[in-house]
Amino acid sequence: MVVLPLTGNYAVAWAVKRARVKVIAAYPITPQTTIVEKLSEMVENGELDAKMIRVESEHSALAAVYGAAIAGARAFTATSSHGLLYMHEVLWWVSASRVPLVMAIVTRAIGPPWNIWTDHSDLLDQRDTGWIISMAESNQEAFDLTLQAFKITEDDRVNLPMIVGLDAFILSHTTAPVDVLEQEDVDRWLPERKQLYVIDPNNRFSLGNIASPKDYMMFRYDIEKAMDNARRVILEVDREYGKVFGREYGGLVECYKCSDAKYTVVAMGAWAGDAKEAIDILRDNGYAVGVLRIRFIRPLPVNEILNYLSGMKGVIVLDRSVSFGAGGQLFTEVSSILASRGRPPAMKGVIAGLGGVDVSYSEIKDIVLKFINEVEDQGWFIKRQEWFMPYEYSFKDYG
Amino acid sequence: MSSSYLIRIKGFTLPLSVASEGAMGRTGSWRTFKPVINYSKCIKCYLCWLHCPFSVISKDSSGVVIDYEYCKGCGICYDVCPTKAIVMVPER
Ligand code: SF4
Ligand code: SF4
Repeated sequence: MVVLPLTGNYAVAWAVKRARVKVIAAYPITPQTTIVEKLSEMVENGELDAKMIRVESEHSALAAVYGAAIAGARAFTATSSHGLLYMHEVLWWVSASRVPLVMAIVTRAIGPPWNIWTDHSDLLDQRDTGWIISMAESNQEAFDLTLQAFKITEDDRVNLPMIVGLDAFILSHTTAPVDVLEQEDVDRWLPERKQLYVIDPNNRFSLGNIASPKDYMMFRYDIEKAMDNARRVILEVDREYGKVFGREYGGLVECYKCSDAKYTVVAMGAWAGDAKEAIDILRDNGYAVGVLRIRFIRPLPVNEILNYLSGMKGVIVLDRSVSFGAGGQLFTEVSSILASRGRPPAMKGVIAGLGGVDVSYSEIKDIVLKFINEVEDQGWFIKRQEWFMPYEYSFKDYG
Repeated sequence: MSSSYLIRIKGFTLPLSVASEGAMGRTGSWRTFKPVINYSKCIKCYLCWLHCPFSVISKDSSGVVIDYEYCKGCGICYDVCPTKAIVMVPER
């Protein structure tokens, strides 16, 4: 154990260092910047033996580490918001080339209007790209997920890239104690990089050449197969990490007091911690409530959601993002899974905290209590979206 | 393109292919302009050989030769030639 006071961003940088990453490229964007700032400091003072590539854009940053990864190097990049959207095309290149690569996303709202605070829209905009997508609740988990990401992506059964998400400022710029492990222990646990193929000038082949429709569909089928394998691999890595380093999170989801609950809150990211506090208060007041925290949105935790939630009386889903015209993304996915097994529990999707609107445990407690009372009074219902603003503001102020 | 160009490793199909002549069919039929080399002007700088995106220009004793079976007629060789030794002639 080596416990250091670290921001979420520095925790990610430490995990990259512990994984002995060889190539890093990034373009600065708030609130991600301090991850690669820290890494370039580590490279500069000789703590980390890696090549830092300076690029002119995020599109190039991902393209550069993509090239390095194909050439066989463990590689890493990080970005946020508009930088991530600019990278979007290259995300598909990486995943469909089946090359292991790790990227940190410090979730941030998308403009206009300009806003640098947390919001999950940038992360969820990448849902369909074939990347494994995770979201941390704490600085420690940001460290653990980043380190685990190298093992997960480089597993023979997976060979897909992975995103580690962490909320802007709430984690990225807030200091907390983080166990960064001993280098020798990490070296024993994390094997040398493996991948399906490496570019080799002496054994030439081309990548991404034109493929017939039938072949194209075959590639896509195999990515889906790898995503399905990732479900098992994520769980295995989580368990093994728990045995070796003493921290196990539960795999694709974390269930907090939901096994004997009648009502459950579903949330992802830092505010899941606030939801846990809210639930503790409600439990003290006699309510049987729990939290199901989504750790991985891709692959989607289908079985976990069914197992934990299908017997609930009510499920309330908190979304820090919205798919305009459809509602919150988490709500849409969770409700579709629950509806696949007959009548789902009573459900409500709550959209809150967009663009960094502060939502603390006390607001979450009120949101959950309101839902419980509605279900107890009116019986079963499904409400796809309800927008929540803290009490000092009101949507009415905007006419 | 046939599936014999697909590479499978550890149970996964990969978007990799090994170059083989004519894998994309007779691309020479795509041409609307044909690059023709005037050897009296050619100084054997091999810029055209380097730039041809289809690698259909090869080096031989006379300097450079174009394989018209697969030359697509893109005109890049014409564009990079420093002595204007290549002219683009319309195909009929
Ligand atoms: S026209 Fe294009 S394809 Fe044909 S030889 Fe010149 S560069 Fe190559
Ligand atoms: S670029 Fe022109 S001068 Fe150079 S080798 Fe080709 S034809 Fe000859």
